[in-house]
Amino acid sequence: MSKVIVVTSGKGGVGKTTTVANIGTGLALLNKKVVLLDADIGLRNLDVVMGLENRIVYDLVDVVEGICKLRQALIRDKRFEELYLLPAAQTKEKTAVTPEQMKELCDKLKQDFDYILIDCPAGIEHGFKNAVAGADNAIIVTTPEVAAVRDADRIIGLLEASELPGPKLVINRLRSDMVKKGDMMDIEDMIEILAIELLGVVPEDEKIVISTNKGEPAISDPASKAGQAFRNISRRIEGEDVPLMNLEVENSFMERLKIFFGLKR
Amino acid sequence: MDIFKIFTREDSSSKEVAKERLRLLLVHDRANVSPHFLEMIKEELIQVFSDYMEIEEEGMEIELTRTKLGKSDALVPALIANIPIKRMKHLPK
Ligand SMILES: Nc1ncnc2c1ncn2[C@@H]1O[C@H](COP(=O)(O)OP(=O)(O)OP(=O)(O)O)[C@@H](O)[C@H]1O
Ligand SMILES: [Mg+2]
Repeated sequence: MSKVIVVTSGKGGVGKTTTVANIGTGLALLNKKVVLLDADIGLRNLDVVMGLENRIVYDLVDVVEGICKLRQALIRDKRFEELYLLPAAQTKEKTAVTPEQMKELCDKLKQDFDYILIDCPAGIEHGFKNAVAGADNAIIVTTPEVAAVRDADRIIGLLEASELPGPKLVINRLRSDMVKKGDMMDIEDMIEILAIELLGVVPEDEKIVISTNKGEPAISDPASKAGQAFRNISRRIEGEDVPLMNLEVENSFMERLKIFFGLKR
Repeated sequence: MDIFKIFTREDSSSKEVAKERLRLLLVHDRANVSPHFLEMIKEELIQVFSDYMEIEEEGMEIELTRTKLGKSDALVPALIANIPIKRMKHLPK
């Protein structure tokens, strides 16, 4: 059974595109057939994060308008066995596609793929409605900030209303050093407030910036903590029971001192 | 005075401030999302009160605001209902 998962957030810039790129790659590494669908029409950047921007010929709007075949618009990521990208149009309006057309497209993709991951634009308008139209699962990305959690709550309400039940939460850019000082909301705080199931926690990680510069998702970097978090999330999506990773700042001087004095193991 | 308060960050940490602000925000957000929310509450309140009194339904007002809790200055969300009574019913003793 194939799954159509929309990755959404309400607030912009919290890490939707990063999440789609990494989880998509993660699932492909688990030998799944995956297509990443960029629904951010007019502001596409999933292609850039994936490093596939130079290979675009056709896009989502071309497919919907019948200018090309679906197969022609799919870009195969040669670094992985079965990973494809369907890019968004860069020069069209969001209204170039209707929710019905998106649903049709997703149904067609379901025949060929195990996972269809949709990168949703920020906001709750037309682009959001398009992105969720064909989805049967949702991942909500938030960061530990008041505005991001507030918007996540709004999205949860909207998804409930549009009968997309049981969205799961990804908390991105968590800084355990700040959580420890009491200067950042922790995982339990956010779960309690939003009352939804946690899918994973991704730490703030400069490797994300580096990997985005190179167009190589951080998940393929074994040294990246965020990459590790995304690997865990991918396995959870596949139904595995993977415990939350230890996000504590390791090897910092204070930590080593605490270990030395037996305050911490 | 609680001397230990000085040493615990609980109340003053910015995370606690963030949590409180969020809680307050979400009460209002969630209530405002549905235009029927207050209507639904109003209908049910009328049901409950009618057992005890006759109320002036037209003059009934219900709104979501904020109020101070106890002696502290902290604002908490509050549901304020203004229910004009026309006549009390005879209650069984
Ligand atoms: N865990 C992280 N650590 C460090 N930087 C991150 C992390 N996650 C995301 N970023 C950075 O934050 C920025 C925004 O991320 P991204 O583009 O994925 O967000 P988005 O939700 O897709 O934004 P938009 O709403 O504009 O589509 C990017 O520069 C990205 O590299
Ligand atoms: Mg994006």
